[in-house]
Amino acid sequence: MRKNFARLVSLLFVFVFALSACGTPATTEVPAATDAPAATEAPVATEAAPTEAEPFVFGMLLVGPYNDGGWSQAHYEAGLYVEEKLGAKMIYLDKVNPADRPGTTPDQLAEELVAQGAKLVIFNSDDMKDASTTFAKANPDVYVIMASGDQVWSDGKAYEEISNLMNIMGRMEYGKMIAGCAAALSSTTGKIGYLGPLINDETRRLTASAYLGAKHCWEQAGNDPASLEFKVTWIGFWFHIPGFTTDPVDVSKDFYTTGYDVVISGIDNSVNLPEAKKITDEGTPVFAVAYDYINACDVAPDVCLGVPFFNWGPDYLKAIQSAADGSWQSQFLWNGPDWSDLNNHDTSAIGFVKGNALSAEDSATLDAFIADLAGGLNLWTGPINLQDGTPYLADGEVASDQQVWYLPQLLEGMQGLSASE
Amino acid sequence: MLKSRFSGLLFQLIALALSFGVVSLILISIDASPSEAFRNMFKGSFGEMRKFAEVLVAFVPLLLVTAGLLVTFSAGLWNIGVEGQVVLGAIATTWVYRYFLESDLPPALIITLAILGGMIGGAIWAAFTGILKVFGGVNEIFGGLGLNFVATALTIYLIFGPWKRPGVASMSGTIPFPDEFSLPLIENLRISPWALGIALIAIIIVFFLLQGTYFGLKLKAVGKNFRAAYLLGIPTWQYSMYSFLICGALAGLAGAMQVAAVYHRLIPSISSGYGYLGLMVAMLINYQAIWAIPVALFFAALNIGSIQLPIVMKLDSSLSGVLQGVLVLFALLVEGARQKFIKKGQNT
Repeated sequence: MRKNFARLVSLLFVFVFALSACGTPATTEVPAATDAPAATEAPVATEAAPTEAEPFVFGMLLVGPYNDGGWSQAHYEAGLYVEEKLGAKMIYLDKVNPADRPGTTPDQLAEELVAQGAKLVIFNSDDMKDASTTFAKANPDVYVIMASGDQVWSDGKAYEEISNLMNIMGRMEYGKMIAGCAAALSSTTGKIGYLGPLINDETRRLTASAYLGAKHCWEQAGNDPASLEFKVTWIGFWFHIPGFTTDPVDVSKDFYTTGYDVVISGIDNSVNLPEAKKITDEGTPVFAVAYDYINACDVAPDVCLGVPFFNWGPDYLKAIQSAADGSWQSQFLWNGPDWSDLNNHDTSAIGFVKGNALSAEDSATLDAFIADLAGGLNLWTGPINLQDGTPYLADGEVASDQQVWYLPQLLEGMQGLSASE
Repeated sequence: MLKSRFSGLLFQLIALALSFGVVSLILISIDASPSEAFRNMFKGSFGEMRKFAEVLVAFVPLLLVTAGLLVTFSAGLWNIGVEGQVVLGAIATTWVYRYFLESDLPPALIITLAILGGMIGGAIWAAFTGILKVFGGVNEIFGGLGLNFVATALTIYLIFGPWKRPGVASMSGTIPFPDEFSLPLIENLRISPWALGIALIAIIIVFFLLQGTYFGLKLKAVGKNFRAAYLLGIPTWQYSMYSFLICGALAGLAGAMQVAAVYHRLIPSISSGYGYLGLMVAMLINYQAIWAIPVALFFAALNIGSIQLPIVMKLDSSLSGVLQGVLVLFALLVEGARQKFIKKGQNT
């Protein structure tokens, strides 16, 4: 019996060593690993001028998966765009969020990218704002782009002078207005649901923009303004984290089964689309508006009214170019669409792609609305009250950039929480 | 005895080799080189001082949790609720910090109070599990698991509610505390020597508590045979409660370290899963305190080293979790085989 056991053990050993034939496991790795001198990997070492032929290396920290079909993928593909246009090299780390990478901080992870040669690091989420500040101050020789942040906006509320940091954001307000308009044109019930992430300045102003667009087009179509219902439900984070957030699929389902026939996604991935398809397949035609990523409609094209998307490529290209050639300037960029060519990959910071579910007639109306926006129509014009009735913009008053960016509440007429309780 | 210890070590090494084998197989199946993966993980954890410091940052709470769990395991209790006890420690620490935010007291005193607060918070949370177990007849596994969920919900509620940043609630947590509330760090590194010292002292105390005191002996008697211990006159339920309180205090201390030395605020996943990971460490070392330091260090290194995998090799860093899990499974399996082997040996 004992003999048998010994045989089994030796067999297992053979098994193990056969498996690791292309390299013996950790114990023997020691010498190989230690001969890499620590000094060459220290962040400081990256200052050492590389030879001219070496490509500029930039790093990117993505809050979600690089292929999330939404916010993070839009950034990732902008990185690929810069690689192609500039001959630069991107290194990235995705799923940089408290649930996926417990025990780490974004600034620590940014240092890992620097250790791999990155001379510029993009922090792609509002969630990483503190960490980007910490990192930028601790690493003055590394350039930092904090997407969606406002730290270096001299007119902003949180202004700090950080010379190696740049803020970049697209004026998605326009995209959301178009999205809201498409939703209102397609809705038969007049009930529009908005899938909100967490509540902050950015999400308040974008949700409000969608509402303004919906309200405008609803009224233009000759409907009773009072009959439009616009409700936002916040899930608690940019995407679903089981145990931490409300499930956005459940939220979408709740909307669709309670008379809301359009749900607009405001979260990082458009999980409302498959749900809309399911409900439609079951016999109740409903619609969805996607968000963030140019191809986000593809998961369920036939229920998709369209997608307002970010095109980070052009601004990232300019910023990274300036870091590479030494003309870098710390600044706050909040660029809008290229109205002459809304979806131009090389010039427009945001765009809108129409979906299959948008009827030909509504499509034409939407085009007219887009033309109006391009012509100077500004829906952020008074009279507008805040959700609690406080006057926000007087009759004819146009909101300043600060008023829009730091919108303190949702707007009158919108349902849903203005601030977390 | 000596023979049994030797065979124990041998069998654990077999478990280690098997685990690496299985992970290698997974890597080969996705066309990745196991040697490159293991080398990157090693370099990513011990390759330079800065990275080793990150490993120590993870090592501190892991060791504290493991130390606590050794006490409850000795008493025969499966304190799954340790994760929630870490969270409550962090919440209590944050609460104390917030309470003294405007105070003129010396920072060192406030830090001390905050850490003590964390220990009390963790102990109270553990006491809930203990009370449910002792007086309510609720198995500590279910009670603890339930309380873990409550702890997470409480954290989220606080971050998005009463403790939210002015105007803006954020998953990145509460507003960071001023620098003077932080345990001093080693320059240019993120590790606090104080945190490291506290964790090491904790494991040493637990080691002596279990090995060298009458208290430890009684605790083990309760764990080995609750009924017999009771008949021998040991106040059994009290000892169960003591073990919960000690474990909770150590877990709370881990939570306090997360706030005072690492994050400097309360974040949604403040426990970082160290409670559950500590359970794995405790099982892997077969509840022997002497092995806690190397194994906790090894697990911390896997956690930190695996960050290299997605950056350098485009592999998922959850591979380290797979390795940790497989390791525990094999260790248990191999231990079972060894017991059988020894029995067979005695019979012939």
